[in-house]
Amino acid sequence: MQRINFGRKYLQLNGPLKMRLDVRNATITAIFLAVIVAISVFALMVGSLKLSIDEVFSALFGQTSGFKRTIVVNWRLPRVIVAIIFGAGLAVSGSIFQSITKNPLGSPDVIGFSSGSYTGVLFVLLVLGSNSFSSVAIGSLIGGFATALIIYLLAFQGGTHGFRLIIVGIAMSTILGSINSMLLLQSKTEVALSAAAWGVGSLNGIDWEHGLPAVFLVIVFLLLAVVMNRPLREMELGEDTAKSHGVRINRTQGLLIIIAVSLTASATAVMGPVTFVALAAPQIALRFTKTTGSFAPTAVIGSFLLLGADVLAQRIIPGTILPVGVVTLSIGGLYLVWLLFRQARTAS
Amino acid sequence: MTITKVNVRNQVISKPNARLLAESITIQYDHRVISKNLSIEIPEGSFTVIIGPNACGKSTLLRALSNLLKPSEGQVLLDGKNIHSYKSKEVAKKLGLLPQSSTAPEGITVANLVAHGRYPHQNLIRQWTEADELAVINAMELTNTLELSNRFVDELSGGQRQRVWVAMVLAQQTPLLLLDEPTTYLDIAHQIELLELFKDLNEQGNTLIAVLHDLNQAARYATHLIAMKNGKVIAQGKPCEIVTEQLIEEVYGLKCMVIEDPVTHTPLIVPLGRAGINEN
Ligand SMILES: Nc1ncnc2c1ncn2[C@@H]1O[C@H](COP(=O)(O)OP(=O)(O)OP(=O)(O)O)[C@@H](O)[C@H]1O
Ligand SMILES: [Mg+2]
Repeated sequence: MQRINFGRKYLQLNGPLKMRLDVRNATITAIFLAVIVAISVFALMVGSLKLSIDEVFSALFGQTSGFKRTIVVNWRLPRVIVAIIFGAGLAVSGSIFQSITKNPLGSPDVIGFSSGSYTGVLFVLLVLGSNSFSSVAIGSLIGGFATALIIYLLAFQGGTHGFRLIIVGIAMSTILGSINSMLLLQSKTEVALSAAAWGVGSLNGIDWEHGLPAVFLVIVFLLLAVVMNRPLREMELGEDTAKSHGVRINRTQGLLIIIAVSLTASATAVMGPVTFVALAAPQIALRFTKTTGSFAPTAVIGSFLLLGADVLAQRIIPGTILPVGVVTLSIGGLYLVWLLFRQARTAS
Repeated sequence: MTITKVNVRNQVISKPNARLLAESITIQYDHRVISKNLSIEIPEGSFTVIIGPNACGKSTLLRALSNLLKPSEGQVLLDGKNIHSYKSKEVAKKLGLLPQSSTAPEGITVANLVAHGRYPHQNLIRQWTEADELAVINAMELTNTLELSNRFVDELSGGQRQRVWVAMVLAQQTPLLLLDEPTTYLDIAHQIELLELFKDLNEQGNTLIAVLHDLNQAARYATHLIAMKNGKVIAQGKPCEIVTEQLIEEVYGLKCMVIEDPVTHTPLIVPLGRAGINEN
């Protein structure tokens, strides 16, 4: 029995984990999970060789062997898993940044961390001439962190002003965009062509070997994000109150930025910059749950968006497989314009 | 609206040995020094009230006393140890702060905001327990905010919101309470009600430090009064011993008459204004 009327329904858990489970958040998370499972099964069925639901399941659970199993388990499944995990990672990364900047525009794809990661990737591919996963991932991480540091130094002088961070971030994003073009134009065409394909963000041709290390990294950073969620929510009460509740502001903020940049950079290292998911998922989650406070709904909505966009990208033009980045870029561009307009109107 | 003693008793923490003092601290923002070489002792079990003109450094002092601002020189001692040497959550279990102004996250309900006061008592696997629930109910009962519990904080009146913030600090259940202008936005009845609540909390063994602008309320409720000006302590002691016409003029540059409060026999400050000057 709930003795306090919180204005929301909670379920008290008294097991080893003692907490209040937000019923609305849990329901929305469960619904999106079900939708994700459905889309996943669909994604495993369709393609140049169409399979029935039974064939997919028997391939998954090892009752079939041979070519059909290879298609499902080695070709289609990694793409689905990667989309689900990366989608969640990007969404949580966006949620962290939006909470720190207190602004729905403060997301890694808008403020340039994705572009910075991509610059790092291009540098490794084109200038250093290496294309192993570890060097690309390190390039992506360094690019992301260097961008974060520059933006931090430029925008955080004299207090954390959310909007200033976003203006500086958008400028950085543009500058990095031209650096990226320059790097591409100056390189040998065949290398540049494959590198340029990254520029739009794509899951084409992903396999376990290239996907798994990043999937593992993203899961680790997602777990760290869950640990840091409570102090992050305290910081939404303002620095003084958070501090007086025992939150170490600088340490918390620093850790959260590292987690958020790492989430974006790990995903970017594998699929290139994919916009929109980080920007929109936290806002969509907010519309559905009517509260911040939990990463779970944001994460599953991010998974839904990236997986959905990727399935769409493969099916939208018959016979052609678009990079998922093209789909998210088109939807995301419209959404960003709408968001900017709305903010400009409330600001004036 | 009556406050029962039973409720207040729940509010007291078992060991009232908290003790707070500042040893010749210098407090500054970047390079602007607000207080230099300031020493202050908060008497054990007192209801200490700090008064002084705007911008004299009252809030800054509270921030230093509550470990929000590290003094550039000197130290703040909490129970005999430098407050900076504690784990930040340990400080938060001993000492609660109501800042002068706060912002609530968008769309949060009253009970959920008050629940944030429990943060120092929680951890990753113990996020919400019976004890948290009781503390929140008790804090909301004491501040008469229980009937607001499911309302959105951004849709409350200024005074209702202020009482919710006070409830959040009370839910923290600390033996030391630092309150920066707790009665702002409140009507006169709610002001007195809240001050009476603080008085009860104090009588149950909690140590309170409040910044107040109403001198008559300060003189009535304080067991220890500190008058500040330009970052310095001008006078401190029992209100009936230190509140004089000279002190008020020195601190505020205001001519006044000090008479006896007919109800509590504490000093009552009556500003002269132009009317008083003309008569003389
Ligand atoms: N964050 C800050 N950065 C720089 N200076 C500050 C900051 N906060 C306060 N000050 C300055 O410190 C001085 C003391 O401010 P403080 O808030 O302590 O005054 P106060 O006595 O609480 O005043 P009031 O009665 O108006 O609340 C003021 O001159 C103020 O401008
Ligand atoms: Mg103040």
